[in-house]
Amino acid sequence: MRTMTFSGAIEDALATAMAEDKRVVIMGEDVQMLRVNLFTRFGKERVLAAPISESAFVGAAVAAAMAGLRPVVEVMLVDFIGVATDALLNHAAKIEAFSGGKWQVPMVVRTACGGGYGDGGQHEQSLWGWLAHIPGLTVVVPSTPADAGGLMLAAIEYESPVIYLEHKLLADYWLDYLGSGGRKTVKYDIPEPGAKGTVPDRWQPLPIGKAVIRRQGVDITMAGVGVGIYRALEAADILEKEGVAAEILDLRTISPLDTEALKESVSKTGRLLVVDEDYRDFGLSGELAARILEARIPVKYERVCTAKTIPYNRELEDQTLPNTKMIVEKARRLIGSYP
Amino acid sequence: MKTDLWYLYEHMLRSRLFEESVTQAWYDGRISGEMHLSTGEEAIVAGTVLQLQGGDAMALDHRGTSPLVMRGVDLVLLFREFLGHPEGLCAGKGGHMHLFSKEHLAASSGIVGASGPAAAGFALAARYLRPGNVALAFFGEGAMNQGMMLESMNLAVAWNLPVVFICKDSKWAITTVSASVTGGSLVERARSFGMPALEVDGADVENVQTVAHEALARARNRKGPTFLYAPCVHPEGHLLGDPLLRIARHPLKEMGKVAGPLLKSVTRAKGSSVTKRTGGIGAVTSLIGKTTKMNILPQKDPLKVVRKNLQREKSRLRKLEDKVSEEIRVAVTTAMLSSETIERKGDLS
Repeated sequence: MRTMTFSGAIEDALATAMAEDKRVVIMGEDVQMLRVNLFTRFGKERVLAAPISESAFVGAAVAAAMAGLRPVVEVMLVDFIGVATDALLNHAAKIEAFSGGKWQVPMVVRTACGGGYGDGGQHEQSLWGWLAHIPGLTVVVPSTPADAGGLMLAAIEYESPVIYLEHKLLADYWLDYLGSGGRKTVKYDIPEPGAKGTVPDRWQPLPIGKAVIRRQGVDITMAGVGVGIYRALEAADILEKEGVAAEILDLRTISPLDTEALKESVSKTGRLLVVDEDYRDFGLSGELAARILEARIPVKYERVCTAKTIPYNRELEDQTLPNTKMIVEKARRLIGSYP
Repeated sequence: MKTDLWYLYEHMLRSRLFEESVTQAWYDGRISGEMHLSTGEEAIVAGTVLQLQGGDAMALDHRGTSPLVMRGVDLVLLFREFLGHPEGLCAGKGGHMHLFSKEHLAASSGIVGASGPAAAGFALAARYLRPGNVALAFFGEGAMNQGMMLESMNLAVAWNLPVVFICKDSKWAITTVSASVTGGSLVERARSFGMPALEVDGADVENVQTVAHEALARARNRKGPTFLYAPCVHPEGHLLGDPLLRIARHPLKEMGKVAGPLLKSVTRAKGSSVTKRTGGIGAVTSLIGKTTKMNILPQKDPLKVVRKNLQREKSRLRKLEDKVSEEIRVAVTTAMLSSETIERKGDLS
């Protein structure tokens, strides 16, 4: 086993894929700097610095993938995906279906997401539920360095478009770039085991659409992704002292959702608490409830999500994004009875 | 048109000193997230914004501070906003990239190119509701490669909208040299939409003012949009803590973080040929070199350019500078004090 940072693992997996497969190319804004190592190793023909033209280069990646390349196209922050939505919504997601299953779009959209460093709601959204809403898009959200590398490799090998979301509190260079900028006067609540951890000696693609249990328990299921997993783990430690055994399900993939793993856990615990940094309404948290209801599994349900526009003010931001305290409170409500 | 250099310099200085205090507060950790200064753009802003009238609108990019300061937004409110204060300009909820002042019809965005459509819309509303009023769009040369910006230019021409498009060219799209990802000439590109496209020295406020005066007159007289192209320098790079500038300024400390993995990339098996790889390193080193040359050009500092013409009247100049410094000091202190009171109360919800 080796130890790597979250972003180091992504880069290492990418380098592996690029060394093995000449069709893999990276394109996006500032990649000559952001991916300086890959740029140096593979050259400007395979690490293409793009102008600030998301609709053009994401759209181009769609057709490049159709025509034989394996593009990993970078949209710096998922918020900026708004500019390139047409390429994803009306093209990448549709082509396989429209071609009668005869033409695939094997592209990866790599983009940073999430808040917790005071940049405001135009740079800190999650949007995985919003993207997963579209049939034809696969959405993955790794929470550990090992998953980050394994899912990147899987995404590149996947035959359909994959949105790969890296949380900025896990991928440290984003915080340095957008938050600290070299100053030591600001602090963030970084989940250490997510920012750095052990990874396999040799990268293997992880199965897409497969959740994993991060902590076993029988009283309540906490399901989520990314940084939310660490907030839930902290909450589980607190709850344990109160005699509550929480099970934590890291979904890893939003779409396709691992419904079986969810059903299995909730059947056992009878309680589901969704921890989701994405928007509360019409998203992942509601979808998980629907899957359980469709399976006729009796359940008590709560959710901790982002309910409104993320404010700039750091304290207000902390009160808006899911945190450990909120999770503990909602879990206690579920363990007791509804008030 | 008010061509009084003293008036222009006062506004430019106010903006500069305000942003110097912002910089300090950012380094002290009082301001979170990113911070994009408009420092270096003061001549462009003063030359355009100070000619606006009541009812004119401004569509701003991520460098909205200077336009808002010169438009007369309360400095305490603005500084409080950067501190995330509940009594800031936007109740501490917007921050520096999302500044809004309804009474000034000024709206900013952190999305590159978004000021194009916004200015077109402000101009459309002006044509119906406030004939004679105009809208300014501020954006960098990076935004000239954004579809929505180019679509907005065509829309403004097609609908004959009273917009002045102001392209501030710093030559850098974040850490990418713009010329390396841009085809053709931006002035020619804008002109090809069928509107006048004028180039002006962005460090020379008088020049900007003269050219902007014509553009504004055209817009007010229902003669359609104009494109102004003004080169400028951002002495702090793209944002405070700009990664390239950090390496350029502290090569030993910052380059060490990059050099290790970089060396591995050169020596690893599989990849490009060795020449191409060292070429890659060369490209990165050349970027760092360029950032040093392109961002630090004190002789082109727009404030120095205008100040040179005022030095004959030394005591008047000193009096003015003292007055503006004091004004900023009071505003910043007031904003900081109110912020500390709030922190002590712990009342931020």
